[in-house]
Amino acid sequence: MANNIWQAQLNIEAHTLKPVELTLDHCIKCNICVTACPVTAVTDLFPGPKYVGPQAGRFRHQGQPSPDHSVDYCNGCRVCNMVCPTGVKIAEINGRARAHIVQSGQVPLRRKLRNNLIARPELMGKFGQPLAPIANGLLHSGFGRFFAKLLLDIAPNAPLPRFSGERFSRWAHKRRDAVRSDRKVVYFHGCSTEYFEARVGKAAVQVLEANGFEVIVPSQNCCGLPLLSNGEFAAAQAYHESNIRHMVDYVKQGYVIVGTSTSCTLTLKEEAPEMLAYHTPDARLLTANTFDIHEFLVHLLDAGELKTDGLRPMPLTLAYHPPCQYRAHRLGRPSTEIMALIPELTIIESQAACCGVGGTYGYKAEKYDITMAVGKPLFDFVQQVHGPIAVCDSETCRWNIAAATGVPLVHPIELLAAAYGYEPEGPLAEVMT
Amino acid sequence: MRTMETEVLVIGGGATGTGVIADLALRGFRCALVEKRDLAHGTTGRYHGLLHSGGRYAVKDPKAATECIEENVILRRIMPHCIEDTGGFFVVTPWDDDAFGDRFMQGCRDTAVPCEEISIAQMLREEPHLNPEISRCFRVPDGSADSFLATQSVAALAQAHGAQILHYYEVKHLIRQGDRVVGALCYDLVKDEEVAIQADLVVNAAGAWAGKIAHTAEVEVNVRAGKGTMIAASYRIVNTVVNRCKMPADGDIIVPVHTVSIIGTTDEAVPDPEHFAIEPWEVQLMMQEAAKIVPGWRDLRMLRCWGGVRPLYQETKVADTRDVTRAYTLLDHETRDGVAGFITITGGKWTTYRQMAQVTVDRVCEKLGTVRPCTTHETVVPNPFEQGHGRKHHNLGQRLADVEEKEAFGQLICECELATRAHVEHAIIQGEAKTIDDVRRDVRVGMGPCQGGFCTYRVAAIWHELKKPPIEETNVTLRDFLQERWKGLMPILWGPQLKQERLDELIYLSVLNADHLPGPRASRLGPAMYEPGTAWESEHAHV
Repeated sequence: MANNIWQAQLNIEAHTLKPVELTLDHCIKCNICVTACPVTAVTDLFPGPKYVGPQAGRFRHQGQPSPDHSVDYCNGCRVCNMVCPTGVKIAEINGRARAHIVQSGQVPLRRKLRNNLIARPELMGKFGQPLAPIANGLLHSGFGRFFAKLLLDIAPNAPLPRFSGERFSRWAHKRRDAVRSDRKVVYFHGCSTEYFEARVGKAAVQVLEANGFEVIVPSQNCCGLPLLSNGEFAAAQAYHESNIRHMVDYVKQGYVIVGTSTSCTLTLKEEAPEMLAYHTPDARLLTANTFDIHEFLVHLLDAGELKTDGLRPMPLTLAYHPPCQYRAHRLGRPSTEIMALIPELTIIESQAACCGVGGTYGYKAEKYDITMAVGKPLFDFVQQVHGPIAVCDSETCRWNIAAATGVPLVHPIELLAAAYGYEPEGPLAEVMT
Repeated sequence: MRTMETEVLVIGGGATGTGVIADLALRGFRCALVEKRDLAHGTTGRYHGLLHSGGRYAVKDPKAATECIEENVILRRIMPHCIEDTGGFFVVTPWDDDAFGDRFMQGCRDTAVPCEEISIAQMLREEPHLNPEISRCFRVPDGSADSFLATQSVAALAQAHGAQILHYYEVKHLIRQGDRVVGALCYDLVKDEEVAIQADLVVNAAGAWAGKIAHTAEVEVNVRAGKGTMIAASYRIVNTVVNRCKMPADGDIIVPVHTVSIIGTTDEAVPDPEHFAIEPWEVQLMMQEAAKIVPGWRDLRMLRCWGGVRPLYQETKVADTRDVTRAYTLLDHETRDGVAGFITITGGKWTTYRQMAQVTVDRVCEKLGTVRPCTTHETVVPNPFEQGHGRKHHNLGQRLADVEEKEAFGQLICECELATRAHVEHAIIQGEAKTIDDVRRDVRVGMGPCQGGFCTYRVAAIWHELKKPPIEETNVTLRDFLQERWKGLMPILWGPQLKQERLDELIYLSVLNADHLPGPRASRLGPAMYEPGTAWESEHAHV
């Protein structure tokens, strides 16, 4: 049984898990991170990962107010971590430094209110989704944007998503007995699928079911990443603990968790435990058994268990951006591998570092211009490829690229679901007809 | 040969010498100070940076303990910018005698050192990296001190009151006329010339070198050089001074000072304060003892290892230098040896420098037949580098806060220690730096994890731009500093620091070809190596 083979052993003792700050000891000052950082390349407001991470880290004192503020311009893309030759966890050091700024009350009230709002997609979804037509109308009107800027300093052109007509979990609940199987997986849909893009979750369920899995959709919360990126650690920990409570029993029964949001899965796998220094046995069990959906599918493919026959040809040439949050999983390119199975589909991969949005970063008025400058090479690339749609695994990146280029974006799992013969929804439906 | 004349000549530019010259200047004496290198080049610049509460000596040396706590209070008041108020712990580890805690408490009570026992839970809340097996913890008002900045500040105060500070003036010998010392013959290392300085009175404040100085006037002063080896970890693993609660021994203290944590020290008698080697067993012992206080210590990156020599005075011969009193000694050679015009102040520790200066200058007044009250205990010492920060204690984040406030990130020369171009230029011009090592003592360039890897060439470039010397001079200045950094790295080359040095080696030896740039290999201003025979000496041995 494939599940049991992947069930990771907890061979790491909790006491060996050190606070991320101690990794700064490994910095040899080589500047590779500085040359790779997409943010420092476009603005002087961000002194670069080496400065705000391992260097500034030596001047911070948990018992004293934070001496610095420029670290807040880190967008959390983790490109620095990827290129660091000595393994300094720069992005996490930055995240924890920001949390210290927040916890010592050094963020002005208006910004704090704003950050707390945009860091809670679950809250926004709960209130906004039931009123989708009105909420969408308001959020996308000039009037709504004007007041969002005036009251909360939200960028007027921020790439806000649209609430979907039906919550994903409601759709999943209605068909919960459709497929029964001994092979079960737990699906972590995350807020974007739940409230904004139910079609991504539907595609994931269809693909998993087509491969003989019963998909369990447990009750769940936001993964907490937006809160982590805004330094609101207490609230993030509450979400993380709740998610562990809701899912750990499935893991103990031998099932794994798969997710379509690369940011959510990264948070469950790594970000939440490291940033919060939260390493309980249950947390580590969840960490070891969470998979990105394409990571999971590649495992199936390697085991000869993935359905690859009778795929519907898709004569399209599409730009694909592997998001920085996905590259941070350190998995290679599982989505590219899976998309390559689809006949006649040509995928051109972007080499851009980052789309710039950094989760909630690009929604902030003071950071919007930086976001657009960081994303410029990617936006140009997407327009050059000139496909009717483009592809990206991460939701905020999809929204940002779509807003900047006018090209609609889809999740790669939607392509596979369509190739399996399922009826696509949204931008892909328009392309396929 | 040049000649100069002054009323009181002070020999030695460490904490004691600068303290004495400031006190003299404040009391209106015409005075000059000679230091054979830069200020704080000797022991003052090579200690672990502890501002003693007196707790360390409460049981063993009550006199020293009382002096420490008195001065601790005064220094916090008069030079807050040089002091970080870290507080201190005395901890009983599983390797220590539990009962010593009670003797310690009693000792503190007897010597008026404030001390309270705190719970282990509270200790771990404040310092989560400490050994959870620690059984008792006492809080005392220890602190950490920036001895470079303090020496600079005190010297600047002296200069502001008319004193002359002559660095890179090496005393060749005292000038004796009959039963009287009347001055000193000095050698100006920068100008390469001899200077005779006449004085009514000579104060020998040469620390571990005091015996050598006195010897040139045929006065025997038995100052033992007690070598102490220290290692800095690259990070503040603790933010409180942590002492082992036991009789003073090797490796019994970790001091958080600026961005590093320092484990100290050993205590070995060495024959020559100039030349001594750091032995592998010392490094091993420090690592082992530090891990008893902070169990994760061995996993930390060791930044640098260095040694300093304590001046330990004893009239009679002693075998183990730890048994020598840490209280200071003032010797009036007129009454002691029948040689007038000459006094020696030695022993003591950084924390008591001001008191040592006070008793010395009291004696100077007596000798010169005048009564002038001391004011150093109430004279605030200004920060020569930054106006406005003078009244606040130094804190860890200060440099970062300054850089952030000025948005000076683009102006960083030493990225590790956040020294900006403005800092470096100030040290070169106003600080009259003679070597890059002088710049380091003023503004901390090259003191961080990369140990000069990324700032030495930048400082050399600014140096060249500002001073416009022949290129050979800039090249040797660069090489001298690389040697100076290198000597402190050799004893701790493992782990991340080894990786760092490999990168630094590639930068300087491969990319910049530093070994083959035009100019001499080393200069006479270059570093004294721990081992006998400096680079310059061996180069010029045949001359």
